[in-house]
Amino acid sequence: MAFPSTMSDPLVRRIAPARGWLPIHLDEMWAARELLYFLVWREVKVRYKQTAFGIGWAIAQPFCTMVVISIVFGRLGRLPSDGLPYPVFAYAALLPWQLFAFALTESSQSVVANQRLISKVYFPRLIVPIASVGVGVIDFLVSFVVLLGLMAYYGLTPGLAVLTVPFWMLLAVLTALGAGLWLAALNVRYRDIRYTLPLLTQLWLFATPVAYSMSLVPSEWQVWYALNPMVGVVESFRWALLGGRAFPATVWVSTAATVIALVGGLFYFRRTERTFADII
Amino acid sequence: MTFAIAAHGLSKRYRLGSRAPYGALRDSIVRAAGAPARAVRRLRGGAPMPVDASWIQALADVSFEVAPGEVVGVVGRNGSGKSTLLKILARITDPTAGYADVRGQVGSLLEVGTGFHPELTGRENIFVNGAILGMSRVEIRRNFDAIVGFADVSRFLDTPVKHYSSGMQMRLAFSVAAHLRPHILLIDEVLAVGDLAFQRKCMGKMDDVSRDGRTVVFVSHQLNQLRRLCSRCLWLEHGRLMAVGPTDDVTNRYEASFMAAVADRPGHSAGAQFLSWTLGEPGTAQHEVTDFGPVTARFSVRIDRPIRNGHHGILLYDRDSRVLWGTGTDNLALEAGVYEIVYDLEGLSLRPGPYRWHVSLYDEGHFIDDLECVPEMSVRTPPLGHRRDEYAGVLNFRYTMEVAELAAPVTASGGPDAGRRVAFRRQP
Repeated sequence: MAFPSTMSDPLVRRIAPARGWLPIHLDEMWAARELLYFLVWREVKVRYKQTAFGIGWAIAQPFCTMVVISIVFGRLGRLPSDGLPYPVFAYAALLPWQLFAFALTESSQSVVANQRLISKVYFPRLIVPIASVGVGVIDFLVSFVVLLGLMAYYGLTPGLAVLTVPFWMLLAVLTALGAGLWLAALNVRYRDIRYTLPLLTQLWLFATPVAYSMSLVPSEWQVWYALNPMVGVVESFRWALLGGRAFPATVWVSTAATVIALVGGLFYFRRTERTFADII
Repeated sequence: MTFAIAAHGLSKRYRLGSRAPYGALRDSIVRAAGAPARAVRRLRGGAPMPVDASWIQALADVSFEVAPGEVVGVVGRNGSGKSTLLKILARITDPTAGYADVRGQVGSLLEVGTGFHPELTGRENIFVNGAILGMSRVEIRRNFDAIVGFADVSRFLDTPVKHYSSGMQMRLAFSVAAHLRPHILLIDEVLAVGDLAFQRKCMGKMDDVSRDGRTVVFVSHQLNQLRRLCSRCLWLEHGRLMAVGPTDDVTNRYEASFMAAVADRPGHSAGAQFLSWTLGEPGTAQHEVTDFGPVTARFSVRIDRPIRNGHHGILLYDRDSRVLWGTGTDNLALEAGVYEIVYDLEGLSLRPGPYRWHVSLYDEGHFIDDLECVPEMSVRTPPLGHRRDEYAGVLNFRYTMEVAELAAPVTASGGPDAGRRVAFRRQP
């Protein structure tokens, strides 16, 4: 028999060389949601095994960083904190920052870290970087409770804007994925990524108003500054939690930058993923 | 006519340097070990370089069809494209030309225990591994008891698998995969795991799978397994499809090709050439060890140029390319002619499984020829070691054991007696 007219049969899948840009199959991603769940679950289970302090690390890491920068920048450097207690001012920005930095690092290394999986089983490859972010979200939720405690200590009560926090959290994750997808795909071919990551996150931290206030940036530069999507994320976190400030218009610039990076990352990832198993 | 898999001109090229298409570490190690010998051969004007050195054609224009419910075997040497074919059908890698139509859900088992995490318990790994292989949570839960029962690990379910022996890990991993229920199952060489008893259990499971009407494509080096399980076979060689047809037909031709391949290896015209090997009486084509010995191994070699101060070496490897035994003989002087080198061994006390012989010949310190003996030697003696795989070790021999009382306690009624003895014997 020659070429059967099988393409009408919904059960038949054609395996053929793929060329150019590929679509993102949402149905396939949806079908793999349980795998996503188990991959996240595996990371959560493994993360704090054989550590004495366990989940406490999720709290200790941002908390200690907060203490250090409060002393260095708040006390010694006397940086303005928009009239807020500096520890709260810094911690409210550190939370999304740590989520972002974790998600960026993990997603960039996720494909290489799961190379056995990728070279032995088929599943939508996008699941891997997405799953790698999951643990960061859980850490975030834990340390968020600490922030509420810290705010209570300083007598601050969040307004209704606090309800928008999940959205800004999502924006932080998507921003991380926007960069992480590019880096994860590049990392398969060029393991240099591993060495550039710490440098990248460090520079990115200085380009983000975590330790300092955005008011220090001259107003005519602020639009360009907001092209760093983390500017919008951090500013909107402070807006949502600490109140008493105008909604940061720079968020729209940042969100647009995130969307562009993310869409580009998704398609670049899809374009290169077919060679992952060959070169990983 | 309906089909489960229909491949049309499937081809796959790899760029050299990105990755060799043959995956087994074992092969890389063997290649590395053989590199000096090959260099010598090249210097003597041996094997020609491939035409285009920067590309490797792992699969070339392969077309075939598999009917629903068929169990099809794939044979071929290492690097012949078997694993590449499975990876394309499993969608792990793309073909570079041609296409395949696949009907229904495809499950692949290219490695045992993919995604196992050493820190997780057996129970946790069953769920993660099941999800990775494509099972839903409901499915895993439904099959959970069957998986645990089949793997025989119920006592260690809540122990991290890093504390499992490798045999236990294998059993658990295979057991998860064995309960996979796709329409098409692709299996790469995984039934070679575990002890013989567990292998037998796996084969039984495979029979069930095919009886359920599922389609199976099954790669194996063990032709006996293929003959038992598969109705048809594909034979791949250097990425090309050499034959498709009834299993006996294809496997016999495949086996015959070993002898031919040994006879016309390139670059072996100078000096001498190993021809073949066999066990037992002269003239048989026996490659299986079925009893505890003695065993006679014969290696035939044709000497074209007289050997003045020869050295002959022999090595026995296990499946993981560990050298189990080796020896060498110096001061050989042989005129031209065909010889048989005969080793009379008191016995091969090896645990059942596949093994390989490697023989070599040198003259005046210069390499003349060597042979990685094909087919492999299969040891099929009854296993007499520990029932549990992880304690059975690498050896297998007859033994007797007795518990003897050395000094009896002095009792009121009389003097010491000679001591009691309880004898245990383990013999086939």
